[in-house]
Amino acid sequence: MSGFRSAVITFPGSNCDRDMFDALHKVSGTEPTRVWHGDADLPQGLDFIALPGGFSYGDYLRCGAIASRSPIMQAVIKAAGQGVPVLGVCNGFQVLTESGLLPGALLRNAGIRFVCREVSLTVENAQSLFTAGYEAGETIRIPVAHHDGNFYADGETLDRLEGEGRVAFRYAEDVNGSARNIAGILNDAGNVLGMMPHPERAIEAAHGGDHGRALFESAIKGLVAA
Amino acid sequence: MKVRVHVSLKPGVLDPQGRAIHHSLEGLGFTGVNDVRAGRLIELDVADGVTDADLDEMCRKLLANMVIESYRIEKVAAPELKA
Repeated sequence: MSGFRSAVITFPGSNCDRDMFDALHKVSGTEPTRVWHGDADLPQGLDFIALPGGFSYGDYLRCGAIASRSPIMQAVIKAAGQGVPVLGVCNGFQVLTESGLLPGALLRNAGIRFVCREVSLTVENAQSLFTAGYEAGETIRIPVAHHDGNFYADGETLDRLEGEGRVAFRYAEDVNGSARNIAGILNDAGNVLGMMPHPERAIEAAHGGDHGRALFESAIKGLVAA
Repeated sequence: MKVRVHVSLKPGVLDPQGRAIHHSLEGLGFTGVNDVRAGRLIELDVADGVTDADLDEMCRKLLANMVIESYRIEKVAAPELKA
């Protein structure tokens, strides 16, 4: 798997960037490049970009809002448009919706409380770059840790996401009030995935589970094969 | 020039914070509150040359998320601020 070139973007207040770095490093065998939010450019020839979880800018204004307007995001939006795979987890998902790379928004959890536990997810689309290592309909266990993970989009958008197979993961239980229990969605080209659960926190037995590993393996395999 | 931008959730978007406030008001014994929606007030102090179109763009690009929120721009007369 040598030659796999990934980058992890760190914003002020990101706190899962190290976990994301380790997950990509362990699964691909190559170290990701760390990129700071104030940088204007990404490294050349990237195969994968990850936006990690955390509390960028202290969640000021709206979660992910200020990070999504930072200089590096212009480069991420451009790369996504050129087909570079982009994974946003938790705060990274919020940054993706705020930047317009993914539709909808993440509202405060319906139950008001911060939810921090392992949840069951159903794999809805097992044909995407990120999910090809799973079986459609498979139930996996992945941790969540968020206060604002309540996915919202208008009915027409939700119908479109479902109709086009762009719901990657659904909660198998009510976690945060998300519309139609949506936990992760793809963009229309299929190269951008945003999800609230943390696959990077479940890649080896020491994490208490490794159901997140297949996501990274799928992406890396798919890219190496391509 | 002082400007107040009122940002609120669009009708139909669930407002868990408003609901919690509503619940708490009921807990304090206040009756007759039919609904509560929580919003955000952002006060700007801008130069005289800033146009209405500029303010509108600020709201659309950053201050409000047009997927879930709407906004209202209020220009504040100077005497009101001193009072």
